[in-house]
Amino acid sequence: MEIIPLGDSALVVRLRERFDDAPEETLDEVLRALRRIQEAAIPGVIELAPAYTSVAVFFDPVAMVKAGGPAEELLVWLATRIRAALNAQTAHRRFLTEHSRLVEIPVCYDPEFAPDIEEVARHAQISPKEVADLHSAAEYRVACLGFIPGFPFLAGLPRQLETPRRSTPRKNIPPGSVGIGGAQTGVYPLRSPGGWNLIGRTPLKLFDPARNPPTLLRAGDRVRFRSISREEFEAAPEAAISDR
Amino acid sequence: MIVTRAGFLTTVQDLGRTGYRQFGVSTSGALDPFALRIANLLVGNHANAAALEIALGDLQLRFEDQRVVAWCGGEFDAQIGSRQLPAGRVASVQAGEELRFGRPRLGCRAWLAISGGIDVPLMLGSRSTDLRAGFGGFEGRALRDGDRLPLGAWPGSSPPATGVSSWSAPHDWCSPAKRDAVLRFVRGIDWFRFNDVTVQRFTNQRFTVSADFDRMGVQFDSPELKPQETGDLISEAVAPGTIQVPPGGKPILLLQDCQTIGGYPRLAHVITVDLGVAAQLRAGDGVRFSEVALADAHRLLLERELELFRIGLELQRTCKR
Repeated sequence: MEIIPLGDSALVVRLRERFDDAPEETLDEVLRALRRIQEAAIPGVIELAPAYTSVAVFFDPVAMVKAGGPAEELLVWLATRIRAALNAQTAHRRFLTEHSRLVEIPVCYDPEFAPDIEEVARHAQISPKEVADLHSAAEYRVACLGFIPGFPFLAGLPRQLETPRRSTPRKNIPPGSVGIGGAQTGVYPLRSPGGWNLIGRTPLKLFDPARNPPTLLRAGDRVRFRSISREEFEAAPEAAISDR
Repeated sequence: MIVTRAGFLTTVQDLGRTGYRQFGVSTSGALDPFALRIANLLVGNHANAAALEIALGDLQLRFEDQRVVAWCGGEFDAQIGSRQLPAGRVASVQAGEELRFGRPRLGCRAWLAISGGIDVPLMLGSRSTDLRAGFGGFEGRALRDGDRLPLGAWPGSSPPATGVSSWSAPHDWCSPAKRDAVLRFVRGIDWFRFNDVTVQRFTNQRFTVSADFDRMGVQFDSPELKPQETGDLISEAVAPGTIQVPPGGKPILLLQDCQTIGGYPRLAHVITVDLGVAAQLRAGDGVRFSEVALADAHRLLLERELELFRIGLELQRTCKR
C-alpha cells in the first residue's frame, strides 16, 4: 500500500499495483479501504473517491491545520491517520452486505441502437446475436464511476468480446448507449463524445442530478444486462435492484 | 436582473460541488475561488454565494432593483452607465441601470458578485453550472441574451449610497492576471515516468497556451513532453491543478470542470494558490512552471487564508466608518 500526494489538497491511497489479475479481490479491498477511511472521519477530509486499485482522499489543508494538523507536515499527519484507519479492525461483514447490490439493466441490442455490434462480432468471429447473448449472460462489477457523471466502468467482460476502441471517436453518443472499450464495458449516461464500440441502448437514466445519490450505480455493484425488444424499450422499464 | 448581452461564456458559479466525485461528478465552481470570495466579501454576501463567471467579457446586464456589485479578475473595463467600476471596488447599481464588461486587455475571466447572490436552485449541494453534464447554475448552461436571472434577498442592512467606493481590495488579490505567468507546482504522481530531459524541459522552457482552453482545462501547444512507456497505467484520480500528458506530448492543465479520473500520466500539480493565475490564461499566453515543496504549497495557502481574513476585517472597519 502506498500513499502518494495528488497536488496539495488530495492524495491517492494505492492499495494494489494491478487490477486485472484479481478484479474481485482488488475491488473488495478498495471498497473496504474506502469505508474504513470514511469511518475514521479525519478532520479536514472533504471526500473520497475509489478508482480500480486506489482511493483518492480530498482534503482542505486549512481546515486540517485548524483541527490541529502541523502546517509543515500535513501529509505525514494525514497519512498516519489513514494508515491507522486501514489497520483498524472494523465490522467487515456489515460493509459486505451493504454493497452487494445486483442491478439489472435492460438493454435493446437492435441494430438501430448498435452501430458497432457488427464490428465487435467480426472481431470475435461470431454473429451479432451471439455478441448480445454473451454480453447479457455475463455478470459484471462496477469498478468505479467516472469519465462523465454516472458512467460505470464495468469489469467482467467475456474475453471473446474484447474489442479495441474506435480509431475515430464519435462526437455525439446518445444517452443510454452501451459500449465496449478494450476489456471493459459501460453505459453512457449523458450525451457525450466517446470512442467505445456501441452495441445497444438502455432506456434507463443512469444519472439524474435531481436525485441523491444521483447515479443508478455505485462502485462495487454487481450488474447484469437483460436483453429487451424494441417494444419493451419504448415502454421504459424500471431498473431491478436486489440485495445479495 | 436581465442579461441583455450574454458575452462569450458567462456562467453561474459558487465555490463548487463537493461529495460527488465518487459518482463521477466534477467539482465545477469558480475557476478562481479566491477572486469569488473577495467579490462576495465586498458586497456583503456569504463567501459561497453564487456569482457570475465571465469569460472574455462582452457582457451587459440590466438591473431591476437596487443592488451592490463588485468584481475581481483579469483586466476588464467595467462600467455602470458612464461610471467606471475598477476591480475590487464596491458600487451601488440602481433599478434600470446597466453594467457592462468589455473584452479583457489582459487575462481571461472575471467574477461578478451581486448582493443577495444569484438565486438559482441548489443541485447536489451547489449552484455551480456543470457545463459538461448540463445541470446546475442557470438551466445547466451558459447564459444567453435575454435570460432573466433571479437574485436573492440581500442579507445586509440598507445598501450604501450611489457611486463607487474609494476603498479597494489589494490589487494582487482582485487582479490575478499576469503577463508571462509563473505557475508553481508540486511533483505529480507519475513524475518518475518522465526522463530527465523531459523534466528539465518542463521546468526550463516557456509554454504557450493553445486554442484549446476552457473550464475543463488548458492545453499547451509547445514544447512537447514525451512520456516514457506508460503501458501499465491504471486510471486514477485527477484534480483541478493536475498537469497530465497525453501520448501526443502536449500537456493539459486540468481546471474545475475536469473529469474525476484519468488514464494519462500526471506530471505535476499546480498548487492551489496559483489556480487563480491559471484561470486567466488564454490562447497565445506564455507560462513557466516552477517547482515548490509540498510544505511550501501548504504554507502559501495558509498565508493566503490569513490575508483573506485580514481583508475581511479591514472591510468591516471601512464599512463602519
